[in-house]
Amino acid sequence: MKASIRIAAMATVGAGALFAASSAFAQAPIKIGFISSMSGPEGVIGRDLKDAFDLAIKTGGGKMGGRPVEIVYGDDQVKPDVGRQVADKMLDSDKVQIVTGINFSNVLLAVVKPVLDSGAFYISLNAGPSVLAGKQCNPHLFSVGFQNDNNFEGLGKYLKDKGVKKVYFLAPNYPAGKDMLTGFKRYFQGQMDAEIFTAMGQLDYSAEIAQLRAAKPEAVVMFYPGGMGINFVKQYAQAGLMSQIPLYTGPGTVDQTTLPAIGDAALGMYTGAMWSEFLDNPASKKFYADFEAAYNRIPSQYAAQAYDTARVIQAAVDSIGGKIEDKAAFQKALENVKFDSVRGNFKFNTNHFPIQDYYLVQVEKDGKGRLVSALKEKIMSNLADAYAGDCSMK
Amino acid sequence: MSLSLFIEQSLNGVQLGVMLFLMAAGLTLVFGIMNLINLAHGSLYMAGAFFAAAFIKLTGSFVLAVLLALPAAAIVGAFVEWAVLRRFYSRGHLDQVLVTFGLILVFNDVVRMIWGVVPVPLPPPDALAGSVHLFEGVFYPAFRLAILAVGALVALALYFVVSHTRVGMWIRAGASNRPMASALGVDVELVFSLVFSAGAALAGLAGLMAGPITAVQVGMGEPILILALVVTVIGGIGSIRGAFVAALIIGIGDTFGRVLLPPALGSMVIFMLMAAILAWRPKGLFPVHG
Repeated sequence: MKASIRIAAMATVGAGALFAASSAFAQAPIKIGFISSMSGPEGVIGRDLKDAFDLAIKTGGGKMGGRPVEIVYGDDQVKPDVGRQVADKMLDSDKVQIVTGINFSNVLLAVVKPVLDSGAFYISLNAGPSVLAGKQCNPHLFSVGFQNDNNFEGLGKYLKDKGVKKVYFLAPNYPAGKDMLTGFKRYFQGQMDAEIFTAMGQLDYSAEIAQLRAAKPEAVVMFYPGGMGINFVKQYAQAGLMSQIPLYTGPGTVDQTTLPAIGDAALGMYTGAMWSEFLDNPASKKFYADFEAAYNRIPSQYAAQAYDTARVIQAAVDSIGGKIEDKAAFQKALENVKFDSVRGNFKFNTNHFPIQDYYLVQVEKDGKGRLVSALKEKIMSNLADAYAGDCSMK
Repeated sequence: MSLSLFIEQSLNGVQLGVMLFLMAAGLTLVFGIMNLINLAHGSLYMAGAFFAAAFIKLTGSFVLAVLLALPAAAIVGAFVEWAVLRRFYSRGHLDQVLVTFGLILVFNDVVRMIWGVVPVPLPPPDALAGSVHLFEGVFYPAFRLAILAVGALVALALYFVVSHTRVGMWIRAGASNRPMASALGVDVELVFSLVFSAGAALAGLAGLMAGPITAVQVGMGEPILILALVVTVIGGIGSIRGAFVAALIIGIGDTFGRVLLPPALGSMVIFMLMAAILAWRPKGLFPVHG
């Protein structure tokens, strides 16, 4: 009853604004809070996310549904408590209506509740922890990136189809590492030579690499985001293993945020990804060209996700004429959003997580001698995550 | 575990130990002799790696880059000592912790301003990029053998300087009884400046030797600083010999802990070792101050 009165009131206000052509309502800015890891070693990720997000907003003319867009930026320092404080401030004093930007699952889990409790929308561009896709899914929570298990589900299926029998798995000892292994095993279903979990932020992997060499697996699958990945790949190559045992990984490990530092040591590595800079569709080509022109570097998959997230918001807000104060309408607009994703195939599942394709990419050199993620083949079509069934969307 | 794997893992342990020793040697010198807690030691480690990366880009030669990066790190150290830390010798440890923690933040932002947020490449020299066949079934990365050699050389050089030269005598005197050394006419201020610059060069050396096997990025000095502090405390503050022995214990203990124990336990080995050794010898393995 209460809700319907509110909706009726809003509709009246909205209609009034339209008919009276009152510019005050139409011109009030749409406020977006963008929280990401901007400082410290992970600042490189925050920069790619922010640059791509800004690029998409700029491409959209800085307006959504006729209203100007105002973005408030915040730095979570990869700390859940800091992320929470930043979010509280954005909600209380900046009155943001949409929050996005967080790259780490543990930070997202701390921030998402206050955001949703305040009535704002959270639209995730990267982190996709399994709980938020399943039991704790929420009508105002959308994930444009992926569910954490997905990239590794693609790898698992690829290696299974390839007839690989013995796989050696390594990841840091934290929730996302476990999600990746779960995802991999869900589709691989073969024998795991070993499942190794190492300390977060480990510098030296010589002991693990020596064990791995002795185990003689057919493939090594690892998830080491950021600096850990740089350490591992350099050391793997120096041990002479890159040409002996193929090395596979998932998102955020070997991409444009780390490749410049790893250098030629990364040549030949495989990644399970949902986007590559060589994906052949107009949206992706435009994104690549615009990003390179604006920032003079190749965008990472992180950047592609952030770009798509901004465009999802843009398309949804445009389709309802900017009236995001009507939350039910905005939710519906997001659920049925129509936009040209840089990934080609994209739609939201019932739990508001993506159904999309996954690819195998390999590190190669392009014509200018830069390290790039060359597109090899599609390994999964229309992959939905395994948790949508647990989501009752209330 | 087969014999060849055991040998390889032992080598890995010793190599990790040597790496930690390079880092801890400078820290223990400064801590022991100048009674200065320098949390910014990790920043000098970072500076060494970034300088080396920049000089490699400039000259194309790893050796030349090392020869240029070491004095550069020493100069940065000397400048920081002259500009800031000199004023804090007589202050309490808490003040020193605060100011050197502040320096970490400053260093990180300066590096970010100069080199940007993307980690930078620091490739090993071509001759050491691959791995060497040591004996049946054991391949070992050539650059890690180079780290072993450099670490052994530094340990020998430090031993010689500290035990067999006049400067070394001042350093030992300063470490065991500061006021008395000063009263006997040792120019403590000069010794301090020298020691701090040498410590900075050692940190820089550790950083540029670690660069080819780890990520050269903003904040790279902090995780290794913690390990170096553990080594310093276990070895006995101010003792080079203690740092060397403690670094090897930590390196070997950590390597086998990671291989043989479950992950949660394996990453605690270092700290369990520290607790056990300090319970047995509260002042470390080789205490310097009576």
